[in-house]
Amino acid sequence: MNFAGLIRLFLFPGLLFAIPAGWFFVWAEHKVVARIQRRIGPPLLQPFWDFVKLLGKRTPARRGIDANLLRLYPVLSIGSLIAALALLPVFPANAGGFSGDCILLVGLMEVPSVCYILAGFTSGSIYGEIGAIREALLSVASNVVMLISLVTIAVTAKSFHLTDLAGPSLNPGHWVGVLGLLLCIPAKLRLNPFSTAGAEQEIYAGSLTEYAGAALGLWELAHALEWLLLTGLVATLVLPTTLAWWIYAPAFFVVSFVEVLLLSAVAAGTARLTLERSINFYWRWAAVLACMAIISSAVMMRFHL
Amino acid sequence: MSLLQDLLHKARVKSPRIFHINSGSCNGCDIELITCLSPRYDVEQLGIHLEASPRHADILCITGPVTRNTLEAVMNAYAQVCEPKAVVAIGSCGATCNVFAGSPSVVGPLNKYIPVDVYVPGCPPHPDAIIDGIFQAAQILADRGVREEAKGQPQK
Repeated sequence: MNFAGLIRLFLFPGLLFAIPAGWFFVWAEHKVVARIQRRIGPPLLQPFWDFVKLLGKRTPARRGIDANLLRLYPVLSIGSLIAALALLPVFPANAGGFSGDCILLVGLMEVPSVCYILAGFTSGSIYGEIGAIREALLSVASNVVMLISLVTIAVTAKSFHLTDLAGPSLNPGHWVGVLGLLLCIPAKLRLNPFSTAGAEQEIYAGSLTEYAGAALGLWELAHALEWLLLTGLVATLVLPTTLAWWIYAPAFFVVSFVEVLLLSAVAAGTARLTLERSINFYWRWAAVLACMAIISSAVMMRFHL
Repeated sequence: MSLLQDLLHKARVKSPRIFHINSGSCNGCDIELITCLSPRYDVEQLGIHLEASPRHADILCITGPVTRNTLEAVMNAYAQVCEPKAVVAIGSCGATCNVFAGSPSVVGPLNKYIPVDVYVPGCPPHPDAIIDGIFQAAQILADRGVREEAKGQPQK
């Protein structure tokens, strides 16, 4: 039995750490937006109270909707997010992992987005369908950038093993890749300016319009875990791998938290872009930048620069 | 009250999510309700959050005297909010139809159709009064939830 693997899955950065940390990040996002708007913002335990309250709601069965299928999507999202968190190369010095786990991570990271799209179509609501279509189009655009960024980082490290990718590098390709990943996070988390898939009020609640009670609470938990996974991935790519575990764990949290502050400030300071403009941003600017980075990294690798 | 019920009661008081319906209001009360979300009153610090879908909400905030055209929408939205739920009638119209009483297109007041828990009188009411009304509704809702669960337990 892989003991280190179990610790990653259940302790750090898995379940025991991830759920409170994810709720803390969601709170921090709301708090930063509130402070920028000169409000006081929600109390620290707000995401926890929201979750408990939603678990206590009674949701009667409805005709014409497959309730079990609707309940399955958030559970599937949470499962894949926890698995993806366990793959993150924290403590790279004594990390396990396997060759090619980077590809598995990309696959697991995509599951919540796919579930969100399916949830919109399954709910049978017109607003859910609009939200699902928007999410699908935007995730196609932002995924190209994310994949190319990850491949750039992998090319500079000459490996698809996450442990080899972890930590800062002297190669500029590594940093362009990290920048590309950071550019994708707002679209993945449906934050401003790329919040068109969720589009609160405009298309009601997008894919989640027909959700209620415990299933909605699980979606909110999945969103919190998504925050932790995406910021944590960038944190593992920039933190030095030689740190002792008792410095690494707090540093991992602090770097992720700084990213949360940055992304929330961007979200508070921008307005929602239309779907067309969001997709244009990713295809026209971010994808071109990422392609240039991967070509230059490949050329440098070819000539052993 | 058991520990779990206590926790649930506290969560319901601390996380009231509201859904707003205009049932033919003159827009005065709507402006005052939206003001509650602004930096000056900032209801988010009480955990109050304006939801986009009635399925996500706990408390229904209804403004206006209920016109013939909006009655169906009000009934529909009320049915969509999951139990335990509470209703707040904002403004004098919800209670008495106010200046619209006697109009052929007005079929109110609201309590002819759905049970109202809290009335916030005023034309329009002050945002502080609206926040107080929502907060009282959250407490009514939490108490109701505990009562209903206590009643429902022997059947399970």
